[in-house]
Amino acid sequence: MAVLPILTYPDERLKRVSEPVETFDDALAGFIADLEQTMRAGPGGVGIAAPQVGRAQRLVIVDISAKPKHPNHGRLVLINPEITAWEGLASGREGCMSVPDFTGNVVRAERITLKALDERGERRSFEMEGFEARAAQHEIDHLDGLLFLDRLVSRRNDLFRRKVYQQPARGAGKSAHGGR
Amino acid sequence: MTHWYMLTLVGEDRAGIVARVTQALYEGGCNLGEASMMRLGGNFTVMMMVSAAGTGDEVRDMLDGVVAELGLRLHIDGIEGRLHQHVMPDVRVTVAGADRAGIVAQVTGALAGAGFNILELESDVAGSERAPLYIMHIEGVAAAGVEAVRAAVEPLAGAGIDVRVSAVETLIG
Repeated sequence: MAVLPILTYPDERLKRVSEPVETFDDALAGFIADLEQTMRAGPGGVGIAAPQVGRAQRLVIVDISAKPKHPNHGRLVLINPEITAWEGLASGREGCMSVPDFTGNVVRAERITLKALDERGERRSFEMEGFEARAAQHEIDHLDGLLFLDRLVSRRNDLFRRKVYQQPARGAGKSAHGGR
Repeated sequence: MTHWYMLTLVGEDRAGIVARVTQALYEGGCNLGEASMMRLGGNFTVMMMVSAAGTGDEVRDMLDGVVAELGLRLHIDGIEGRLHQHVMPDVRVTVAGADRAGIVAQVTGALAGAGFNILELESDVAGSERAPLYIMHIEGVAAAGVEAVRAAVEPLAGAGIDVRVSAVETLIG
């Protein structure tokens, strides 16, 4: 296992659209172990995406279990992930190992439904909310060549949050897992 | 050997202030650091870190022409400045209500009493002359935690102001 060097903005490789993973072999398992070790080597890192270490493959790791007050699924390896439904919007503060010494506000979906393959290539599906949903969206953006810098919103105009919001439009044209 | 200066500029707002000022500094061989620039009450205000090889007076000389032409007021101080010293805020306080004297003093007094260090404060007076509204966003570090901040400002809520305290949890991905 090894801690891999992290690419930092404005490295052009962070702007590439990554390719789906097709082969699940020992080499992939070794890479996942390295990627995870790299994520855990950074202070406070709750996610990492393969392109951050220069590998243009659709693979991310998310693990917010160090913040137990947020609902979470523990350590997740998400391969070829796809967000199939989303609901609600929330602004939150983000930073990124690929953009050191800077944080900013980003609007993300509050709840998502996500399908992905796990590290053995098995199909998985997750319903995520809050911090974990934010982490997954941040990492999946890396697979499409996007950084949180591409989604910054002004701090000054942060809204005074009200208890009741109108139901926002739903993504992907699917009925989300509603009932909330 | 370069030094950091904090440059403060104020003048009636008009197009081109930033472009002219920064061009003059660039031509003078300066490098810019962190800055906050904003229109406040019809004035354009600039607070900017400037790194220069020479003295503060030399930086002032670079801006003489622009300052005179655009009617700006300029202030330059040598500072102990460094980049890459960002501190991550962990609490945000939002205040809104009918404008009246004393809101900022009361809120920030309560925050200081709770050990809260303000990193950033932005405020606006909105509404109209007859019914002005005050809106303020504060971010900072709560040495004693978010609940201590909440408890400190809670008594201020009501009487026409809303105060919201929320934890800022930064996601590092």
